[in-house]
Amino acid sequence: MHVIIIGAGEVGSNIAESLSASHEVVVVDIDGDRVESLTYSLDVLAVEGDGTTMEILHNAGIEEADLFIASTDSDEANIVACATAKAIGDPFTIARVRKTEFLQTWEHAPHAFGVDFMVSTDLLTAQEIVRIARLPTAQDVDAFADGAIHMAQFAVPEDSPLADLTVSEADRFEALTFAAILRDDEVTIPRGDTRIEADDQIVVIGIPERVREFAASLEPENGGDRATDVLVVGGGSIGYQAARLFEGRNLTPRLIEQDPDRARTLAEDLPGTIVMESDATDVEFLTREHVEDVDLVVAALDSDEKNLLVSLLARRLGASRTVAVVEHADYVDLFETVGVDVGVNPREVTAEEITRFTREGETENVAIVASDRAEVLEIEIDDTSTLAGRSIREAAAELPAGIVVGALTRDGEYVTPRGDTVVEPGDHAVVFVDTSIVDEVVGKL
Amino acid sequence: MTLRVDWRASASMIGTVLKYLALALVIPVVVAIRYGESTLPFLVTAAVAVAIGLALERLETDPDIEVREGFLVVAITWLAVSLVGAIPYLIAGWGTVSTLANPINALFESMSGFTTTGATVMGEISTEQHSHALLMWRQESQWLGGMGIVVLAVAILPKLSVGGAQLMDAEAPGPGIEKLTPRIAETARALWKAYAGITILEMLLLYGLHLAGMAPEMTLFNAVAHGFTTMATGGFSPEARSIEAFAAVVQWAIIPFMMAAGTNFALFWHVLNGEYREPFGDPEFRFYVGLLGALSAIGAGLLFVDGGLASATTAAAATHYAGVGSDVIAHTFPIAGDVEAALRHATFQVVSIVTTTGYASMDFNAWSGPAQYVIVIAMFVGGSAGSTGGAIKIVRWLIIAKSIRRELFTTVHPEAVRPIRLAGRPLDDRAIRGIYVFTLLYFVLFLLGTLVLAVDAAFGGTELSTLEAMTACAATLGNIGPGLAGVGPMNHYLGFDPASKLTMIGLMWIGRLEILPVLVLLSRSYWRS
Repeated sequence: MHVIIIGAGEVGSNIAESLSASHEVVVVDIDGDRVESLTYSLDVLAVEGDGTTMEILHNAGIEEADLFIASTDSDEANIVACATAKAIGDPFTIARVRKTEFLQTWEHAPHAFGVDFMVSTDLLTAQEIVRIARLPTAQDVDAFADGAIHMAQFAVPEDSPLADLTVSEADRFEALTFAAILRDDEVTIPRGDTRIEADDQIVVIGIPERVREFAASLEPENGGDRATDVLVVGGGSIGYQAARLFEGRNLTPRLIEQDPDRARTLAEDLPGTIVMESDATDVEFLTREHVEDVDLVVAALDSDEKNLLVSLLARRLGASRTVAVVEHADYVDLFETVGVDVGVNPREVTAEEITRFTREGETENVAIVASDRAEVLEIEIDDTSTLAGRSIREAAAELPAGIVVGALTRDGEYVTPRGDTVVEPGDHAVVFVDTSIVDEVVGKL
Repeated sequence: MTLRVDWRASASMIGTVLKYLALALVIPVVVAIRYGESTLPFLVTAAVAVAIGLALERLETDPDIEVREGFLVVAITWLAVSLVGAIPYLIAGWGTVSTLANPINALFESMSGFTTTGATVMGEISTEQHSHALLMWRQESQWLGGMGIVVLAVAILPKLSVGGAQLMDAEAPGPGIEKLTPRIAETARALWKAYAGITILEMLLLYGLHLAGMAPEMTLFNAVAHGFTTMATGGFSPEARSIEAFAAVVQWAIIPFMMAAGTNFALFWHVLNGEYREPFGDPEFRFYVGLLGALSAIGAGLLFVDGGLASATTAAAATHYAGVGSDVIAHTFPIAGDVEAALRHATFQVVSIVTTTGYASMDFNAWSGPAQYVIVIAMFVGGSAGSTGGAIKIVRWLIIAKSIRRELFTTVHPEAVRPIRLAGRPLDDRAIRGIYVFTLLYFVLFLLGTLVLAVDAAFGGTELSTLEAMTACAATLGNIGPGLAGVGPMNHYLGFDPASKLTMIGLMWIGRLEILPVLVLLSRSYWRS
């Protein structure tokens, strides 16, 4: 597949990196230095120039392009680039935007601006935060098969009843699969005798109620509860969207914004939110607002440092869980190490969404797990699939190691995937796959 | 130093209004011909109106009305129309026993008419002393005043950014245009249709009750006369005993029309456009209906328990202040224990006073103290914004209530930012500040006005109780009409000294125009910078 990516920023480079192994990738960027560094670091063709002009797009080979991704920092440039690409070629176009207003227009009139798929970084990030709020102790939650199946990643706390048990001892749940254990950057596919240790990350796949029960058994105190008392810090686009989505779930979130004018605008736009004009690092204020009773603190300020500070402060004052928006993907692990419960990287979320579309036709849905060390894929089984018409145990022999069939759905109903379960064409399989074998697996399924 | 207000343009505009006032005199002329009475007072007035109108129009052939000129037009129009409208009272009263032969009385009556107040200085309201035509002119002046108020509230005040009307800006139909004229023409036509339509409907219904034999007193003359003053929330009646003169069924029939008159006319515009659910979604309308219901229920309960005959003292007081030529309490009957009568009189009186109409189904001077106090509270409520009702107005109370709730919340959470919403729409804090200022000014004017009346009465040797001074002030500033005791619904304002009458003429004028458009004319910055 011939892929053109406009904008070699973090998202653009990340996508280029993940696609370069199996596709022909051309990256266009207006910054000469970036183009040069990319040429040496990745196996891609890097072109210097303005991706909204016909001349540069011709140089990048727009006529043969199958996929066109506009991922610069300017919403308008991305939209114009897609429109230009559509005017002179016929690729599938993806535009990344920050502002949700463009997304609203596009959703109102699909394929508006010549954009076939539009991803709003801020909205995706907010949606991710709200998903986490539904299962506050999870590091990551993703829905598959129209919500019938959830994948969730949990950290095992020191005092968890499940620590030091083996998987077969811990797995008392029907309709739930232990897909992987992540320990010290290692992805382990668990077997019955694998021992669970504190600080491990466990990836489970199953129906939502079982996932919630698992969360409760992992942390009996509050693991199974939904976050109802939510405090969002930072009234930027992500904070606004998150508050709006919480309102949609009939919660009354509190939103803290320091700028008086912005606070007023937010208060006008969010009738179901209590907007407060204050500095969220003011301990006295946080104490007065009883931050110790808050189920979930969302730090969505415009800098990683402030988010870290707010999260740690809220945690110190007694908030149950904290989620921080982390702009630099490299810091996510660091944040989670020093005590932020979940770090959400908008670019990772966006890359996840765009990757879904690069697999158009092959997979139904994708989630990236553990900083891109593994992926969870939803695949509709067709006649040519290795799994079709065979039991999982039979098929496993022909598939590489590092794959787990986490769940199956047949006509929208959950089917427990056991070794002797026969997979039928038309079933949806949710599989956990090590990143190194994703392309191989996708070809066989 | 030059004036920054184009007063010539304003004068020209006022001239145009006066010119058209002559057209309105057709109705009393027709009535005079029908009853074989003198048409002279009205023909002379028409001639004066046209002459002054044309003269003013010549000051500026192409008036350019901007915001500043708008204030001047609004304030002076009511004054000018009242002055010209007083001429028929003077001419007709000349050389007779009529109290209206006095120029101050004539102006009081005329201002009370055009501001839809309904406070009277007629010593005797009867067709023996006054011609049918003159009484009809008195009724019609209120209808014309109400018509002006509709335009004022819905089309002009929002542009001048004063009054509760600005909150209704988005509700009012038509695009926002900086110049006043296109907006008036467009919006006013739709609202006048509703105003005139409901007025005619009421006239037909009232006369229909007469034809059906259910209301012998409600002749065609009376049906038209009361139709004119209900939708205007005026309250003048050619009957000395107001609505008490009519059968219970008429009193019931008038209640919904008074309620309609106190409703934001923009809602009628929506309903006429097929948006039937609009009124029920409107927070002011809901608050309005709820408040009327609550006050009526309280009033009815009080009357049912102890509201019947007046205690000896109030009856005596009422008789004492009955004044020249006015009927003393003609017939009181026990209400206590009579569910229908208690409900009817309480509802009628609450609706009449809240909407600032000022009709009376009985002399509420005869009510028990607590029931009378319900009337006093009702005097400060007022109609809806965009209606012909006066006083403080429902929407202001609604917003004050909401901002008190916000204040309580922000006391606990000082950092909370809470815009006040009306029907989900956030309100600008400047608009809310305007409401506080208005309400405060209203009470200041009420207290100062009361003081002036009390001092003047003391110097003039007139007997005036505090209750009378206060309710007279509230009734004129709120354009209600009747107060309590000596200025009660069956009494009149004749007993006041000229200075007090002029004060109340001013209160009616300033209250009708939502205070600020008049006060702004007194500020230096309005004229100079």
